[in-house]
Amino acid sequence: MKRRPILDVSDLKTVFRIGGRQVAAVQDLNLTVAPGETVALVGESGSGKSVTSLSIMGLLPRKVGKVVAGRILFRGKSGEERDLATMDSEALRSIRGNDVAMVFQEPMTSLNPVYTVGEQIAEPIRIHLGRSHKDAAESAVGLLAAVGIPDPGRRARQYPHELSGGMRQRVMIAMALACDPVLLIADEPTTALDVTIQAQILDLLRKLQEERGMGILFVTHNLGVVAEIAHRVAVMYAGRVVETGAVTDVFRHPRHPYTMGLMRSVPKLGEATMLKRQGIPLPTIAGSVPSLLALPDGCSFAPRCPYALDQCRAGVPALAETGGRHKSRCIRWEEI
Amino acid sequence: MSVAGSISSSARKGPIARALERFTINRIALVGLVILLCIVTAVLTYPLWWSYTPNQIDLRALNKGPSSAHWFGTDGVGRDVLARLMQGGRVSLLVAVTSVAISTVIGFLIGALSSFGGRVVDGAVMRFVDLAMTLPPVIFLLVLASIAGTGILPTILVISLLSWPVLSRMVRARLLELRERDFVVAARGMGAGLGHLLFRHGLPNCIDILVVYATLQIANAILLEAGLSFLGLGIAPPEASWGNMLNAARSTVVLEQYVWQWMFPGAALVLTVLAINFVGDGLRDAFDPRSDLH
Repeated sequence: MKRRPILDVSDLKTVFRIGGRQVAAVQDLNLTVAPGETVALVGESGSGKSVTSLSIMGLLPRKVGKVVAGRILFRGKSGEERDLATMDSEALRSIRGNDVAMVFQEPMTSLNPVYTVGEQIAEPIRIHLGRSHKDAAESAVGLLAAVGIPDPGRRARQYPHELSGGMRQRVMIAMALACDPVLLIADEPTTALDVTIQAQILDLLRKLQEERGMGILFVTHNLGVVAEIAHRVAVMYAGRVVETGAVTDVFRHPRHPYTMGLMRSVPKLGEATMLKRQGIPLPTIAGSVPSLLALPDGCSFAPRCPYALDQCRAGVPALAETGGRHKSRCIRWEEI
Repeated sequence: MSVAGSISSSARKGPIARALERFTINRIALVGLVILLCIVTAVLTYPLWWSYTPNQIDLRALNKGPSSAHWFGTDGVGRDVLARLMQGGRVSLLVAVTSVAISTVIGFLIGALSSFGGRVVDGAVMRFVDLAMTLPPVIFLLVLASIAGTGILPTILVISLLSWPVLSRMVRARLLELRERDFVVAARGMGAGLGHLLFRHGLPNCIDILVVYATLQIANAILLEAGLSFLGLGIAPPEASWGNMLNAARSTVVLEQYVWQWMFPGAALVLTVLAINFVGDGLRDAFDPRSDLH
């Protein structure tokens, strides 16, 4: 799949202001999403994956953080390529919801309790596409049907509190799709749902992507979900992408000790009981994610890395090409 | 009503419909509402069923007690107390409702400015609100009233300028909370602008505060108006208002011998304020989602 990307983020750097200091929450981030492609951003809490998605949307609270470097080139419906990082907030608003839409983590609280779900889906259609009330309401019912909600006509007239979590997440997806965006940013859309619903939502996203050909940037910490839905994956650690490539490549032949650690930490069915019987604890990555305020010199994973050398602490390793479009930010990727 | 029945029936409706449903099972609030409706209807329709007008003078009946001709008696210049009571009710309710509407708008806008304006604006606005709240209300009212003068419009102005600070505090608190709620962030993600956030998401989610506050504030405004008029700074005679009718009781002769001249307006005042307070309390309970639980 080598089409012109709709999203091309290069050298993105986002800083937080903490106690008068500027702390880089995301740096040297490069990322592309092509039409019809799903790219997953994976990492632990605090690795910068949500900050990345908020930076792209321009939704970082100004008091807290801002994008200080890099370009976020985005090609919207008009086909024109524009830099979201330097765009003024008025122009950004017309893009948000229209060309780029976002699905958030918490379906339980992401809907306004005082409007029916139909009204909430119809609203962006009315405002962004300038359609009439009646027209938009009909589209909303159609969208509810498209996201697999039975009896959409009746559901559209219900309030969020009358729907289950899975239903609400479907409503959120319907709302995000209302204006037929070219890019969908899904920030942990399945984290708050139970596993069967999670699988349904992933299926739904995949189906909708096939029908509409939009690109999806999928933020998650769940490797199982990544394997399920993504074409390409970028693993983040302490604000940097440490490994990126096609999902099958990265999962079969991880080229970075952090990815390897993550993969090892995912228990397989039956394995946990076996390990327990043998008295071996589940594998983990020793230590914890460093504070952004006190990042170690050099490779930020070095303190936890079983393969670390003195060289690793000398400087931040570059993203090295390891074949295909697979890259790793480890100086010893060939050996491990 | 079975528990399952009440849950399914209340689950099908919107938040406002559910609040109304809770309101209608509150007996005291309903009593208040009925009293209030009677008073409002009587006040609005009195020219249709009462032959006297408020400033019509009956020289054969000065300071006469209640009789079949003048149900509530007459005052010192022979005006019918019932007619004046009704007209006074019109003025009092008009002043109260209008001033509360104005102060609710001011309160909401100031609260919105404060919560969405950023830290500096918020600080400045809230210190200003503190200042407005620390002013002793009666003195402030008297100063304002002596500047604005007497009459209906100045009285409305004075009362509405006095009663917004508490509301703006409550609105600010609610909007600050809403601003961080996921659905507001989601709406921003969908490209919503400030005005949209404020009026489509903020206002409907503040409606409980606004309705309850406005209702209780109407009672307060009626009292403020009565107080101002009693002191001669609100509605000036010969225009009737409950406050300036009470003013007559300053004379010990009236107080002791012509009881009907001040007792009826006093009773009307107490009854109206009480009824509004019952309704306000009922609305507050109705809008409180936790009230479903007990």
